[in-house]
Amino acid sequence: MTMPRFRRASIIVAFAAAILLPFGLEDFSVFQLTQVLYLSIAVLGLNLLTGFTGQFSLGHSAFMAIGAYTAGIMMDQWEVAYYWTIVPAGVVCFVAGFLFGLPALRLEGLYLALATFALAVAAPQLLKYEHFEKYTGGVQGLDLFKPDSPVAFLSNDQWWYFFSLFFGVLLIIAAWNLVRGRTGRAMIAIRDNPIAASTMGINTSVYKATTFGVSGIYCGVAGALSAIVVEFIAPESFTFIHAILLLIAMVIGGLASIPAAIIGGAFILYVPNFSEAVVDSFFGGDPSSKALVWISFGVIMIVVVYAMPTGIAGFIKRNLRRIAR
Amino acid sequence: MEEVVQQVLGGLATGAIYACIALSVVMIYQAIDHFNFAQGEMAMFSAFIAWQLIDWGANYWVAFFVCIVISFIGGIAIERIIFAPIHNAPIFTHIVVFIALFQIFNAGAGYIWEFTIKEFPSPFPDRLPFDTTLIGPHDLGMMIITLVMLLMIFLFFRFTPLGLAMRAAAASPESARLVGIKVGWILALGWGLAAAIGAVAGMMIAPVVFLEPNMMLGILLYGFAGAVVGGLTSPGGAVFGGFLMGVVEPLAGMAIGSELKLTVALVVIVTILIFRPSGLFGRVVVQRV
Amino acid sequence: MAFLDVANLEAFYGPIKALHGISFSLEQGGITTILGANGAGKTTTLRSICGMVKTGGQINFGGESIGGKKTEMIVRHGIAHVPEGRGTFVRVTTEENLKLGAFSRRDVKGVAEDMERVYGYFPRLKERRNQQAGTLSGGEQQMLAVGRALMLRPRLMLLDEPSFGLAPIIVQELFEILRVINQEEGVSMLLVEQNATLALNLADHAYLLETGRVVISGTSDEISADETIRQSYLGY
Repeated sequence: MTMPRFRRASIIVAFAAAILLPFGLEDFSVFQLTQVLYLSIAVLGLNLLTGFTGQFSLGHSAFMAIGAYTAGIMMDQWEVAYYWTIVPAGVVCFVAGFLFGLPALRLEGLYLALATFALAVAAPQLLKYEHFEKYTGGVQGLDLFKPDSPVAFLSNDQWWYFFSLFFGVLLIIAAWNLVRGRTGRAMIAIRDNPIAASTMGINTSVYKATTFGVSGIYCGVAGALSAIVVEFIAPESFTFIHAILLLIAMVIGGLASIPAAIIGGAFILYVPNFSEAVVDSFFGGDPSSKALVWISFGVIMIVVVYAMPTGIAGFIKRNLRRIAR
Repeated sequence: MEEVVQQVLGGLATGAIYACIALSVVMIYQAIDHFNFAQGEMAMFSAFIAWQLIDWGANYWVAFFVCIVISFIGGIAIERIIFAPIHNAPIFTHIVVFIALFQIFNAGAGYIWEFTIKEFPSPFPDRLPFDTTLIGPHDLGMMIITLVMLLMIFLFFRFTPLGLAMRAAAASPESARLVGIKVGWILALGWGLAAAIGAVAGMMIAPVVFLEPNMMLGILLYGFAGAVVGGLTSPGGAVFGGFLMGVVEPLAGMAIGSELKLTVALVVIVTILIFRPSGLFGRVVVQRV
Repeated sequence: MAFLDVANLEAFYGPIKALHGISFSLEQGGITTILGANGAGKTTTLRSICGMVKTGGQINFGGESIGGKKTEMIVRHGIAHVPEGRGTFVRVTTEENLKLGAFSRRDVKGVAEDMERVYGYFPRLKERRNQQAGTLSGGEQQMLAVGRALMLRPRLMLLDEPSFGLAPIIVQELFEILRVINQEEGVSMLLVEQNATLALNLADHAYLLETGRVVISGTSDEISADETIRQSYLGY
């Protein structure tokens, strides 16, 4: 099989699986799958930023928060129906990302990492701020209400799955086009040699800020979906640790690749749960054994970065190419 | 008025801690051009080590110095084992490794000592020898200890051959090699010092914020802010910046309420990086095409 | 075997080969110069000896093989390199720069003697001993670079274009001092220069490099005398 045909085949299989899977699984698993979906969208957003333009963000948890709270406030305060909240969440996050990315132009890699680190650390405290409480619900967060599935033959969880899948697919296709088109090539040029890129007439400033904004959209939509699906948002759901999680997912899944984001999303959700189950059975459900899981994440990340600089998906891609020959 | 003086003095005391963290960050930045995002967690882990020694019955000051030595060696080990192999790797690799270290120390502390809050003893007496309401004994002791340590470090860098070698290696590693300086080990030494400084900071602030794995995140942020304000290429500037942030913190708190402290740090960092990236005392680094 | 013996030296900048197997040697106490146009590989040759580039082939110094060793270890064999651009530590003082030159030495008394001797060669450095090295003039920084190399008490000194950017009268002064150092202290020298006349005047042997290969070698007298060489390669 040649590579393009193999890729096309695997896309079709993946798509079919995505459509059929929820019907074969019980509700809680479908719920988890939905979580994988929107987490993958967030990771994809981070991927677009780092993998393609080489900008680092340790603060994308903040953008998820912005998306989540935008959707949440719209639903809670203004009683907007959930399906109208996704696009505004995306737009707000685009603006937020663009505005953050604009001054960030002056900040080369490391400084941007520092600025976004600061953003992630400050965000939860800002969300808890008492003067915003009437909107954000302060420390307790917001309880949201989502109506039942409007479609008769789909259970609630299945409906939310397909709702999220719809946006997921839309965003994946958008990312695909972005990456393959002129914009994508410009982004890669900026990543590989920003100075040369600007001498070639690529307006690096606009591209960089726009990319930040675009990655913001992805995180914003992911945040909004999380708010709706989980029916609850609170400041403690969007801490620096969550930003780290996104980073871990991206590294393990691999940079600069769309399947990577999905592996990454699955990783965030399933591996912690799985590891915790394993650890629980060995250590008797001790809460600080969760910490063991985190320690192994740290170690795994270091190993991955040493051994597989392009992450698992990159590793798979290279091996697939070898198999496909 | 008295309240303002109290706040400022208290701020200088915490500023001393921010100054230590800022100095550690700048030392590592000068050595390897990267930010040690795990600096806070390393300091926290050191504080836990000291706590454990005290819990096992050691005298406070014995534990204090043993902890410093352990942290120093730990810092050297981390550089030699984890960072030396990736010396020429791209920025992303370094950031990931720093974050991984952050995780390992944070979760490691939680695993070994659990996430419950612990009390950390203060070695300073309950009352000052002289009467004053302007500053508490721990704050004063904290300032004195950190100032003494900072002075020792300054003397080390300025007047010892090794300190000179470290300055040279940081400025120009290639030229340093040409005079026979083993730059790799000098870097490791820098890490060791940074870890030791962090340990002191952790042990001094633990009695105030209580010992738990997540205690250093906000302090690290203020430390970074101090380093950025002072100038990332200037150790002296970093120390100054740290003290400055210590004073800014309560004053900002008096102005806009004490619940937005982290946002204040965020605003400071972003503003300085955009408008004056070299900080107050640093040099602008020119990027050669 | 000669004091410095280089055989089939190759040097690589990543995948690019800059030296294609050059061979040359230097006798103890001698001065050899490597000439050539820009990009010929002269600086690369010096950097190869110091272990600053990836190399292939043999490099032997004082009977020992130093190829593949780390720079800081090679230096401790007694090779001092005065690099292109001088490599001054600009933010420390003149005297601190000299002290750094002696970093790898343990003999305190010897170091103090050598410092006096360096100030003897370069009195202007003594005047500016506590000034920040970055504030020195170009000529003074070059002298400082040579002085710092001397603080190693080297057996071999590598000099990369010491005349670069200096006024002729300063260059004369500098080269006179180099001659004295060679004659009175027996320090061997390997000199890379673009200024051929100056170099041929000081050195006893010369090698001419062109795009990473040795094209001509001989005593400096022979080369200076040969009209064809002078016209085709040295431009005068």
